Amino acid sequence: MNYEKIEKAAARRKRLLRIVTYTLLTFWAIMVLFPFYWMVLTSVKSYGAYNSEWIPQLYTLAPTLQNYTDAFTAVPLAGYFTNTILFTVATTAIMLVVTVLAAFAFSRLTFRGRDLVFTLFLSLMMIPNELVVITNFVTITNMDLRNTFTGLILPSVTSVFYIYLLKENFAQIPDELYYAAKVDGTSDLKYLLKVMIPICKPTIITITILKVIECWNSYVWPRLITDDQAYFLVSNGIQEIRENGFGRENIPAMMAAVCVISAPLIVLFLVFRKKIMAGVSRGGMKG
Amino acid sequence: MEKNNRKGWLYLLPAAVFLGFFLVYPLIDVFIYSFEEGYNFASQTYFGVGTYNYSYVLHDPYFLQALKNTFILVIITVPVSTGIALLISVGLSSIQKLRDLYQTVYFLPYVTNTLAVGLVFMILFKQTPYTDGLANFVLSWFGAGPVDFIGGPYWAKMFVLCFYTVWVVMPFKILILTGALASVDQTYYNAAKVDGTSKLRIFTKITLPMISPTLFYLIITGFIGAFKAYSDAVALFGTDLNSAEMNTIVGYIYDMLYGNSGGYPSYASAAAILLFTIVLTITCINLLVSRKHVHY
Repeated sequence: MNYEKIEKAAARRKRLLRIVTYTLLTFWAIMVLFPFYWMVLTSVKSYGAYNSEWIPQLYTLAPTLQNYTDAFTAVPLAGYFTNTILFTVATTAIMLVVTVLAAFAFSRLTFRGRDLVFTLFLSLMMIPNELVVITNFVTITNMDLRNTFTGLILPSVTSVFYIYLLKENFAQIPDELYYAAKVDGTSDLKYLLKVMIPICKPTIITITILKVIECWNSYVWPRLITDDQAYFLVSNGIQEIRENGFGRENIPAMMAAVCVISAPLIVLFLVFRKKIMAGVSRGGMKG
Repeated sequence: MEKNNRKGWLYLLPAAVFLGFFLVYPLIDVFIYSFEEGYNFASQTYFGVGTYNYSYVLHDPYFLQALKNTFILVIITVPVSTGIALLISVGLSSIQKLRDLYQTVYFLPYVTNTLAVGLVFMILFKQTPYTDGLANFVLSWFGAGPVDFIGGPYWAKMFVLCFYTVWVVMPFKILILTGALASVDQTYYNAAKVDGTSKLRIFTKITLPMISPTLFYLIITGFIGAFKAYSDAVALFGTDLNSAEMNTIVGYIYDMLYGNSGGYPSYASAAAILLFTIVLTITCINLLVSRKHVHY
């Protein structure tokens, strides 16, 4: 009798705790999703409808795609978009080549001073970007590389952390494979391309995706180094749209531009969810 | 094993060149800049060597404003975001159903463009002649008057900035904390269950000590990240942060370098070095405190 009562009370408390937990989790999920919902919703409201809403409406019955047309015709959004893709692809490609070569040297080749150089490389991870950006800005300006893709790309290609990540992965490949390849007369470069890279493909994909995210969202460097709209990336492009495009009040068109800019990364994230989250928890940081 | 000195360096060359040119050289150079007085960007000349740049920056009202904003931002957002992230992570690891879905949703802000989503936040909080905005609409349910969060009083603007910053840093913290919680050895919990330990006691005596290194790592990276806040503020208040009274130290550095008040790399360098002295000091204090409270 009494025992039953205790059991019931415990079950009730457990249920209550579960309800509280789910309420809390759902609340935060709404906090996260709401801005995205609002962004999409506003982008399909017509200009007139949006501006006549004194009390914001949580849904619309007359969605329109007019704003998306405006976003691509009234402001050079397509240009920003192409620039960003170009910048992202070029930066990531060069980064991959540099990183793979360095990681290979550190993990597979033996040469004098290797461990010392590796320690030096690791200590470079501590250098904050804000300290070096000043001189880089002066250097690039003096080299007349402002408003060029070279100027945008060059300082962004190296990442010590990715070299470290890939080196650790390369080092796990058993030495026997290397000796076997050597016996067969395979060159180092061929071994790297045909054996090491295929084996470490997951890590390479991870660092590629992380770099793409970083490039797509980079704001500070593009803002410093470009003032010609023809070279704007999406981040400073959206800032330009906000301050000068559309006439200040056309918020639905602005939101359409924001949707277009955000969509590629969200799709990338949904496809590579597991890889991205694993990669970030291994040492990614925002910014 | 055979030595291949030249080949090793050859493979390393591209990385070494890039790092040397864009990371090591600038690091040294920034110290030199910060001591060159009266540096002229156009002619690349300077008058003398001294600490004038530092004293200029330290007496610049814009810098003091930026310093104040950054400190307020750090003091509010680091504890708030870490606390909420801990709460959510504990909640997440106590459920099985829908866990993957929640985790995916929580991570979304990490992959979105800070500038772009900041614009959405601005619209939610901004008061215009056409509408008070959604945030004010919600406030009106509680009988609070409309406040212009974007162009209005200082603390309203600071609130939005803190709110957005917390929203942006949350994914990283939740991800790391749920990972840490999942790696706590289950035998501790089973032992506690046998002893009939209460949930609260389990949390404070087992969970917290076990994840304290991770928690501490998040606090340190949180401090460093918040001190370097910049693009969140730009997203909300536009590029002219000084007139919005919402500039941060990093914003001040970039404004000194480029923009309306730009062209002064020496002032920018001095401000950057001041910033990293502060960050280094705070990190050292954090490390000292952690010795007492963190169980490795």
